[in-house]
Amino acid sequence: MMLLLQYTLIFTSVLMLVALGGCFSEHSGVINIGLEGIMVFGALGGALVMKYMPQNTATLVMIAVVVCAAMLAGILYSLLLAVAAINFKADQTLVGTAMNLLGTAASTVIVKAINTAENASNTSSEIMYVGPKKAFIIVEGTEFSWFMLLALVLLIVSYVILYKTRFGLRLMACGEHPQAADSVGINVYKMRYAGVMISGLLGGLGGLVYITAGVSAWKFENGVAGFGFLALAVMIFGAWKPQRIAVAALLFGFFRALSNVYTGFDFLKRLNLPSTFYNMLPYIISLVVLAIFSKNSAAPKAEGIPYDKGSR
Amino acid sequence: MQAKRAQVPLLRRPMVQTLIASLICILLGLLVGFIALLIINPAGASEAIVSVLKNFWAYSKPEKQLKNFGITLVTTAPLLMCAVSVLFAYKVSLFNIGAAGQYVAGAGACLYCALALHLPWFVCMIAAMLAGALLGAISGVLKAYRNVNEVISCIMLNWISLYLVNTLLTPVKNPTGKDTYTIASQNPGGILPSLGLSKLFNQKNMTIAIPIAIIVCVGIWILLNKTRLGYELRATGLNKNAAKYCGMKDRQNIILTMAIAGALAGLGAAMLYLSDFEQWAVTQASVPAMGFNGIAAAFLGGLNPIGTIFSSYFIQHITRGGANVNTNMYCAQISDLISSVIIYMCSFVLFMKQFMNKRLDASESKSRGKGGNAA
Repeated sequence: MMLLLQYTLIFTSVLMLVALGGCFSEHSGVINIGLEGIMVFGALGGALVMKYMPQNTATLVMIAVVVCAAMLAGILYSLLLAVAAINFKADQTLVGTAMNLLGTAASTVIVKAINTAENASNTSSEIMYVGPKKAFIIVEGTEFSWFMLLALVLLIVSYVILYKTRFGLRLMACGEHPQAADSVGINVYKMRYAGVMISGLLGGLGGLVYITAGVSAWKFENGVAGFGFLALAVMIFGAWKPQRIAVAALLFGFFRALSNVYTGFDFLKRLNLPSTFYNMLPYIISLVVLAIFSKNSAAPKAEGIPYDKGSR
Repeated sequence: MQAKRAQVPLLRRPMVQTLIASLICILLGLLVGFIALLIINPAGASEAIVSVLKNFWAYSKPEKQLKNFGITLVTTAPLLMCAVSVLFAYKVSLFNIGAAGQYVAGAGACLYCALALHLPWFVCMIAAMLAGALLGAISGVLKAYRNVNEVISCIMLNWISLYLVNTLLTPVKNPTGKDTYTIASQNPGGILPSLGLSKLFNQKNMTIAIPIAIIVCVGIWILLNKTRLGYELRATGLNKNAAKYCGMKDRQNIILTMAIAGALAGLGAAMLYLSDFEQWAVTQASVPAMGFNGIAAAFLGGLNPIGTIFSSYFIQHITRGGANVNTNMYCAQISDLISSVIIYMCSFVLFMKQFMNKRLDASESKSRGKGGNAA
């Protein structure tokens, strides 16, 4: 039971962070299919810093530096999307797909290069961070980490930014009707850059949280196993609203955790469903929800359409 | 003036522009790959990029060259089908990111039919197409009747089909590993016939997949450009409301398009798995990249079925070539890196074309300016 709670909370944190990232990007008018790639890069940034930080670093410093590294890596990577989608008016779905493939390929090449340089016979794509990972754990021996708290704080911050600040409201205007926003003096291009970069920040952090969930080493060949896409489902299920995204993340995180630990429950074990069933469930639920509610979708109206100052 | 207009300058022709843009994408991709190699280890970088590009030519013996050329072709057929699937849907303004999932469904269906039901190859192949078509049709129905964005529904279906297929194929898994049985060991009749191609290439996985793939490719080109159905589908894609106004069944067309696209991706899976080249690992946690690479091949090929044949081959050529790099210094994923940079660059193709046209306009108006404004 305890294990289920731990995993639910950690997966919820991951999904919530990444889905909030997607939420910012889409509210600014840019579809971010590349969340998966952003997560991988954030994870890579965090893992590399953990690898090279001296072992005796103070806990607080360690947390701050690693989190910043992951966020920075995510932001830098998200610029690939921002430049292509905003300046060059590229097809956002295509760019996102390319970013997902590039994320795994590039991080595998980087990690393998580092490993091979250290030891010529080591051709794995694995980074170990047993020691540094302990810095994030609140209660030793469990998976309760500071990330959960951080995710909660960022949820509240996201809500406040989106609905209570001038910046957030302007951001959303750019996703709903960029021409109108432009006519009252909002720089649509800048706002979209901000939206995509925030999604890079949150996505990168989400990637870091994911690779520290229950493990102390990560094989970058595996990417993040579809969590970016699951977060996309969370965002849609959460109707592009932070508070609803939190609920959706909790639900989906619960199912994901269940697929890991369901054998610990007698009544679930007796049902004799394969673990793949629990993995599948979140996707099926979001598909059904989409089918029912999509007629009056809450999606930002102008998302996916490149903004051209000259068009009417 | 009339005579002049008929003769479009070479650089103005869409085909030429597409070709130039694709070549720029490839060059930039190779450049990034080369820079990455240089950073990792400058000593062997040029040798490595050459071996990526050479692929089978790196071998000295002709038999080995032919064998490796064969392997490249075996993996080209499924990629080509996925690319045509993406392309077909894109011509109807649908982004079939679900080619990956339809490919998975096809793999599941054909392997189950071959290994569990011991059916002959053509039945397995049809099953794969039906499974892909079903998955595509689901996205189509959701798009046509419930206004669900096909990209989103396809992503969900990709993962649903991955987990379903993993479950479905677990009973035919080889107990000693995580892969399914080879078809040769269970049901030799399930393997695609080779009609002598395997002997010709000295490569046992070489089957009729490649000729079929090329025939299908040409068939899709004819369907899109020379038939009434193709015209209607493209019209629906360009403007759904106008097509409806002209009496075309817009909803039915969307569903049909997705179903055909799905069948193509499913067929691609059958071409790889029924040639026994690769087995399905039932524990795999991510959707195979074949479908996503299909997106790359489709765009690199300039969204033209014939161009796609070349781009699919090129991507598999460098992927296969990546296996030849010196693994003491580099890793085979360098070619994945190159091909993903190429896809990224493909998203700039529209911009490149606009840029070319702008430059041409500028130079034309300059030369015309001398002759006065009479024209």
